[in-house]
Amino acid sequence: MANSFKFELVSPEELLVSTEVTSVVVPGSEGDMTVMADHAPTMTTIRPGIVSFTGDEGKEERYVVFGGFADILPEGCTVLAEKAIHVDDMNSEIIKEQIAAAEKAVEDAKHDQQAQRAREFLDQLTTLEGAILPA
Amino acid sequence: MPSLKDLKNRIASVKATQKITKAMQMVAAAKLRRAQEAAEAARPYSQRMAAVMSNIAQAVGGGDDAPRIMTGTGKDDVHLLVVAAADRGLCGGFNGQIVRLAREHARRLRAEGKTVKIITVGKKSYDLLRRDYSSAIVERIDFRDVRKIGFAQAEQVAEKVFDMFEAGEFDVCTLFYSEFKSVISQVPTAQQLIPAAPAEQVEGEGEGSAAVYDYEPDASAILADLAPRSIKVQIFRALLENVAGEMGAKMSAMDNATRNAGEMIDKLSMSYNRQRQAQITKELIEIISGAEAL
Repeated sequence: MANSFKFELVSPEELLVSTEVTSVVVPGSEGDMTVMADHAPTMTTIRPGIVSFTGDEGKEERYVVFGGFADILPEGCTVLAEKAIHVDDMNSEIIKEQIAAAEKAVEDAKHDQQAQRAREFLDQLTTLEGAILPA
Repeated sequence: MPSLKDLKNRIASVKATQKITKAMQMVAAAKLRRAQEAAEAARPYSQRMAAVMSNIAQAVGGGDDAPRIMTGTGKDDVHLLVVAAADRGLCGGFNGQIVRLAREHARRLRAEGKTVKIITVGKKSYDLLRRDYSSAIVERIDFRDVRKIGFAQAEQVAEKVFDMFEAGEFDVCTLFYSEFKSVISQVPTAQQLIPAAPAEQVEGEGEGSAAVYDYEPDASAILADLAPRSIKVQIFRALLENVAGEMGAKMSAMDNATRNAGEMIDKLSMSYNRQRQAQITKELIEIISGAEAL
């Protein structure tokens, strides 16, 4: 049995999850990473994707997050998400809305760097859409 | 001397007003509770954000790697004031206090020969600043059609600030809002957003600052991503505090109004009763003296 550690998922509007878990999968901007107890202190930005964590009882829960960052310490992991929604509450409307907003951001971008960032974000969103919405 | 009928009408109208202020007070109390809950729910995020920001800022140091949005333009010529007040009045000195602080600030800056630009957030902020600073107001934002202030509203304000910063339209940005101390006390506050004020020492967070982090991607890239986020969070927090403050101020203002109306009703009823009694006495005297004359 793996050791458990503290996991928190926080959005600007509320503290969504605060629990003991044995492992967390974080969609880091450079690739997914699985965090277990006593992980080296790491800080990473996250891309739109799914954060899933396995609680003490071995139950897995999944949240869809839209950007943010994760603060990982040996004794705990905190995900600060711009917006986070439980997978069960997720529907195509929400993601369509996000994609529309991202498309607009691409159009409105005033210089290349901004446009590139917006386009990356849009790509990540479309990937996410494909991943969580079974056709 | 107003007639009996006049008095009666006035009592009725004050009573109606009292009913309204009483209802407004109760509505404000309910909204205040919700606003406080929202502010509390938002606290963990902003606390973590502050802790992480100070941590990462230490790692990057004040070097050239720091994003421009934190270091500023290095100049101090054009000041942008974001003045956040409520959308509605009838909340005592709440809006006035915030605007007064902003106005003093603007006056001082102008005296020093700096240029002042203003973004007003909230209808009342615009109404109150329009007279003196209409030429300085570059943008007005209000949330009259928004039921509940969410992070999206803070983003809307922040994006506007970022756009202006990117376009080099200002050097220093200061946010004015009202800090919610308690139901009866709201303290108007000025907070510098850009360049970032020196990181406050976040202590007792149970996080040894000695922790050496791995950064992915590198620290300065994360900082570049975090800095705007942190500003959004600060604006969001300010908006939430404002909502709570507005409701608190409204509650006590309406409480006062209700009490005043009560006092007025007492006074009016007293003179109404006196006058009625005087009239009865007068009529009696007339009857008696009429009977005696016979």
